[in-house]
Amino acid sequence: MKTLSSVDVVIIGGGWTGLLMAKELGSRTALSVAVLERGGPRKAGDYGDDMDELDYTIRFRMMQDVSQETVTLRHDSSQRALPLRQHGSFLPGSGVGGAGEHWSAVCPRYLPDCFELLSRSIEKYGSKRLPEDHAIQDWGVTYDDLEPFYARADLLLGISGKAGNIRGKQIEGGNIFEGWRSAEYPTPPTKIPYFSSMFAEAAKSLGYHPYPVPAATTSRAYTNPDGVSRPGCTYCGYCETFGCMIGAKSQPTNTLLPVIEKRKNVSICTGAWVRRIVHDASESQGRARGVVYIDASGQEVFQPAELIVLASWTLNNTRLLLLSGVGKAYDPATGKGSLGRNLTHQVAFSAATAFFERPLNRFMGSGASGIMLSDLDGDLFDHSELAFLRGGTLAARSARSLPISEYGVVPKSVKATWGSEWKKAALHYYDRTGRIGFSGEHLAYKGNYMDLDPVYKDHFGDSLLRLTLDWQENERKMAEYAIAKAMELAREMGAKEVTPFSGLRSYDATRYQSSHLQGGAIMGSSPERSVVNPYLQHWQFSNLFVLGASSFPQNASANPTPTILALTYRTADAIVDRYLKNPAALA
Amino acid sequence: MRRREFLTLSAASIGGVLVYSLDREVFRLSAQTSKSVRIPLRFFTQSEALSVAAASRIFPSDEAGPGAREAGAAVYIDRQLAGPWGRDRYRYTHGPFEENAPAEFGHQGKATPQQIYRQGLKALKGFDRLKAAEQDDALKQIETTLFFLLLRQNTIEGMFCDPMHGGNIDMVGWQLIGFPGPRMSNYDDVDKHFGEAFRPKPASLRQVTRRKVSPSEDLE
Repeated sequence: MKTLSSVDVVIIGGGWTGLLMAKELGSRTALSVAVLERGGPRKAGDYGDDMDELDYTIRFRMMQDVSQETVTLRHDSSQRALPLRQHGSFLPGSGVGGAGEHWSAVCPRYLPDCFELLSRSIEKYGSKRLPEDHAIQDWGVTYDDLEPFYARADLLLGISGKAGNIRGKQIEGGNIFEGWRSAEYPTPPTKIPYFSSMFAEAAKSLGYHPYPVPAATTSRAYTNPDGVSRPGCTYCGYCETFGCMIGAKSQPTNTLLPVIEKRKNVSICTGAWVRRIVHDASESQGRARGVVYIDASGQEVFQPAELIVLASWTLNNTRLLLLSGVGKAYDPATGKGSLGRNLTHQVAFSAATAFFERPLNRFMGSGASGIMLSDLDGDLFDHSELAFLRGGTLAARSARSLPISEYGVVPKSVKATWGSEWKKAALHYYDRTGRIGFSGEHLAYKGNYMDLDPVYKDHFGDSLLRLTLDWQENERKMAEYAIAKAMELAREMGAKEVTPFSGLRSYDATRYQSSHLQGGAIMGSSPERSVVNPYLQHWQFSNLFVLGASSFPQNASANPTPTILALTYRTADAIVDRYLKNPAALA
Repeated sequence: MRRREFLTLSAASIGGVLVYSLDREVFRLSAQTSKSVRIPLRFFTQSEALSVAAASRIFPSDEAGPGAREAGAAVYIDRQLAGPWGRDRYRYTHGPFEENAPAEFGHQGKATPQQIYRQGLKALKGFDRLKAAEQDDALKQIETTLFFLLLRQNTIEGMFCDPMHGGNIDMVGWQLIGFPGPRMSNYDDVDKHFGEAFRPKPASLRQVTRRKVSPSEDLE
């Protein structure tokens, strides 16, 4: 094994969190920072010729290579897990920029009460109303703590939108239910395509409060506080599963790399697959010494470091901690151990597929251009007569209209799935079909967790991560409710036929839901029930920080990236302002 | 190296469309000429290719417009099968395999797309010599098999992929549905044309970017 000279900071993973931390530490300190990214190199301007649905959307060119490493899944701990042999219900990215390159760039904040979900829910409903086997926790931070960091994330990405609550003052046209914002969005809302504008009208007439989807596909040219400029969106529609051809969609490569590249104290090494965090084992207080990785040429390398930042994709964070023996693995039978607990996904589906008489011109749009409503989110509506807690947003985004993915969706009145009858119907409906999407909160349960699979291995022979995951009654009932509301909206929009979502049964690994998984290395105020403290610092290993959605105690209905960035900023401040002066536990 | 096999298509059968050869030389055929074109095959034997071409009953050429035959779906599928997808480059292929897993775990079997096609096409031997109605009956017999589901999916891909992949010849698929391809800017149109069809002329990735892009089937 080759041993490199020690660096001050090693960052595992070159996506949103890793590169944001590299930018902050690289520009605010003189520390030597080494970013290790296991995928390939990328830079702004790489995407001028990627608008090919087959290679990017169908063959997943930007995603983690599942032939090398995947996860296994079972629905409960009595079953034998099977590997997810092809991408399906979520899409981890790979390469510099990570999943932040191929995202849709939908940028809502979380509702304030999400951060105190356990205490607020008990306060309002009593503990009896919570699902019996729930594992809901408070985050250890509040919305008020995070707001300044959300505001910095807004400015970094130049998020487009319309505020609905500036310092407590409600503003019509924005999301009047959102937490207070210290300022208006940096850029105005995106343009609203036809399908989404029909949804806005229907939502208003049914008494909802629709608002433009907050978008990091910026509505006009924007220069952020770092001096990084991006052009405005041209609504080509190649957002999700693609890098933006012109850089209008904020991505780590076009937003963070331009700053990092000017810093001589930051290096990015690609093709570096970290297999272990090396540490001095200790029950109470340990110290991480560095990482072992396989470099692009296949050589094993030890990189010693004073400070280690684990910033890979959410599930991979938990896996590397488990493989490295950092912390105590969660045991659902005893409730002991915290590493791997609180695995959540997002209750995401097309709630109503609506078929219209008129064409929609759906090839025009962007991943985040559209209209959404929060009237049915969180605890914003009356649950007294309902059989579930919490909720989610309904949205009509004008995002995906690529023909291989979308051709062949027909109303239920058409029975054929191939041949002339199907072809004719599918031709008619190809551009007359719109989807109302639901993004709902997925509560944490004692039985949904991660550990190492005893059978299946990656290409190095390391155990795959095993997900034990299924939906419970709260999600199923929430889904039924959301489907009924979406059907009403679709009819109000004038749809001739509407197909409801078939409902949640057992967790389906073949249906794309969202790439928003959370948990495994969760944050909290107690080392018994969380892996990292509210500064994302490991409870036992004070020189190890674990960034990203692995820290979320549970899903909070909205898409996670702004919250991930806000937490990363907060950690960066804590490292620069406090930890470097006194490298010890911050909480 | 096996003997090189060709799919021979007559001009009349594909009338007036572009056909790409293996090295992407473009032939334009007209229905009036008696010429035919020989397309070198990368994976299929000639008889397999004929069966796959006939399986364009999935997306037939009919009064609603051209179908898989005009789009060159068989050529597209041949290239995909010969490439990394056909060899299962994009799947986790470590055992043990659970062939009878519940559907929500996805395809868990050991067979690669190449093997699934080779096996599936045995049941369609001589398919191209059947009448259309007989072909439909034969397909109904297998319509729940993994092979058929792949063939259906690949046929849709061959209809609507960028022409650089060998299907969607002359962008016939995109013209059928009014999809313009990778259009660089819809800025001036995205919030207009409400309720009426707006159909810019399709252009392929190569036409739009003026670059030669390497499709995945040509990699590795």
